[in-house]
Amino acid sequence: MFREDQLQAIEKARREWELTVLNPIMERWPERKDEFRTQSGHPVKRMYTPEDIADKDYMRDISFPGYYPFTRGVFPTGYRGRLWTRRLITGLATPEETNKRLKYLIRQGQTGLNIIFDNPTTNLFDSDNPICEGEVGRDGVPCCTLRDMEVIMEGIDMSEVSTSIIHSGPFVLSMYLALAEKRGVPFERLRGTLQNDVLSQYYTVNMSVVSLRDGFRISADVVEYCRRHVPRWNPISFVGYQIREAGSTAAQEVAFALGSAIGYTEELISRGMDVDDFAPRLSFMFNCHNDFFEEICKLRAARRLWARIMKERFGARNPLSWLLRFHVQTAGSSLTAQQPINNVIRTTIQALAAVLGGANSLHTNSMDECYALPSEYAARTALRTQQIIAYESGVANTVDPLAGSYFVEKLTDEIEEEAHEIIRKIDDLGGMVAALEAGWVQREIVRASNEYHRKMKTGEITVVGVNAFAEDDDEEVPIEILRIDPAHEAHQVEMVRRVKAGRDEKKLRQALERMKEDAAAHRNIVPSCMEAVKAYASLEDMRNALQEALGAGKESKDAFIC
Amino acid sequence: MAERRPVRVLLAKAGLDGHNRGIQLVGKALRDAGMEVVYGGLRITPPEVVEMSIQEDVDVVGISIFSGGLMTIVPKIYQAMQENEATRHIPLIVGGIVPPAEAEELKRMGIKGVFGPGSDLDEIVGFVRSLAGSRSS
Repeated sequence: MFREDQLQAIEKARREWELTVLNPIMERWPERKDEFRTQSGHPVKRMYTPEDIADKDYMRDISFPGYYPFTRGVFPTGYRGRLWTRRLITGLATPEETNKRLKYLIRQGQTGLNIIFDNPTTNLFDSDNPICEGEVGRDGVPCCTLRDMEVIMEGIDMSEVSTSIIHSGPFVLSMYLALAEKRGVPFERLRGTLQNDVLSQYYTVNMSVVSLRDGFRISADVVEYCRRHVPRWNPISFVGYQIREAGSTAAQEVAFALGSAIGYTEELISRGMDVDDFAPRLSFMFNCHNDFFEEICKLRAARRLWARIMKERFGARNPLSWLLRFHVQTAGSSLTAQQPINNVIRTTIQALAAVLGGANSLHTNSMDECYALPSEYAARTALRTQQIIAYESGVANTVDPLAGSYFVEKLTDEIEEEAHEIIRKIDDLGGMVAALEAGWVQREIVRASNEYHRKMKTGEITVVGVNAFAEDDDEEVPIEILRIDPAHEAHQVEMVRRVKAGRDEKKLRQALERMKEDAAAHRNIVPSCMEAVKAYASLEDMRNALQEALGAGKESKDAFIC
Repeated sequence: MAERRPVRVLLAKAGLDGHNRGIQLVGKALRDAGMEVVYGGLRITPPEVVEMSIQEDVDVVGISIFSGGLMTIVPKIYQAMQENEATRHIPLIVGGIVPPAEAEELKRMGIKGVFGPGSDLDEIVGFVRSLAGSRSS
């Protein structure tokens, strides 16, 4: 980006500056540390200059927003036209309580929904199964049958709202679709995202109802189905977030999310689909952790790397296929139980990084999530954090304001290169599914997690209120902590039993039988899943049908890998 | 003093959630401190805790829970251990997402240690060692 003679002049002047200005100061006032690094371990120099980005070509590497390789964002006007979607993860107690909270957040200015389910629902167990006792509605909302979805979405216009569903496979999505059908909302009007990235679930939260390969195939069925029938829906979101929460570095987060996306892309192409038919609807979800610039650069690097992979590796020709569109969640694992109000400040910095990195959608954590599901007050404060960034700070007025920063461009390059290197290793191992089955991905993450905690222990990484500036009386938590009344669980169990008692058993059995046959024959199971759901099949009915057809999966980890 | 075998600890996750970053870290810290860690895996049930504790002859049991179900799940495990002569005296500790009021409740119930978010690994190691020590003496 600079002429040779300019660079020579800059280098000469820099050497002179070092001798005459820097060195005398360094002798009198040495720097705080011998070396500075990002949270993920990238060396950070004292200062960056045009020399650091001398090999960059503006059009090739940075370019314009909405223009290949999309380093500066996927939309030409950035946030000047439309701000990012503000959607807070919501899910608590019962479908009824969750519906109330969703409506509250819409009244408070939330612009999209983001529904999280309890552990039983995530694992396809019904609330009335004794194995779920104590966990119903505790970490999200239970959604066992179409009835629960009807209650969750009661009074919310499905043709207008964009809904993120944090679930995998066709099960809960089918309930959403069946509800739309019941209400007469055409599928063409539905907007939203299903998480559906079975690969990330497998090694971060160890969720596997069937084997990894079966789960992978079934989630790809959903992508295929939605491309034909639900055109504006994002049928999968590759989850870097969970990988980072499990302790990975920033570059690993990018590489494993993109590695998963590559795996699904190859699977869908092998089914005879054209990459340009589905790639425009692939979406991503990333974390934003504490290291401000590293996170911004990570997001810029991910966008560029994905554009290049889509264009060069998969030969996608539709420019929409090159776009990496993503949701960000601020880092849950960065929240501290000590001095919990500090979490508001951490979340603000992380959310700002997400915005400066060009997030298309954002969830900000509530200060109390280190203890429990968010209280209404804490959730509102988290939403206000986004609104202050959007409407008061002015950062949304110009597109990618940090472009051209010598440091930002250099770090963007370094993270892209490191992530690309990891993707090459995944390829060498035979792709993401094989790399997971071999345990390689898991080991890499645990190694990074151990390293992070080693640095926390030695103080190389500072956590205010924990390993620095700690107080003795942290036991006094000055915030409200939400407690879920156990009566909600009893109510939900009763509701599920009532639904089950009132079903047309014959219709239900037929639908489940068809689902089983489709699963066993490796046919796309979404249509039969839809039929089952309409007959009020429960999650567990479908879980059993799948396991009868395919066998049960096993947890990805049953041993220590430290 | 009699010859000392290494402290043996059973660690496991109970309930349906699978977040295992915490338990991996604790396991590594205990091993690095010279203890033997038996990993019971995910979704361990109360009878399984009892059975493994006996079979593996452990000195301490640690359960990790990141789910809001801990006030149902932990008491059941504690109860099962109490009801068995062979496990009644094995100290049970808990880690994970534990609100302060619940932590107090668990301690009152007889859970020896509760380590919520932000707990110090060295402190956990020291605590496990002291529990094991007081048991053998």
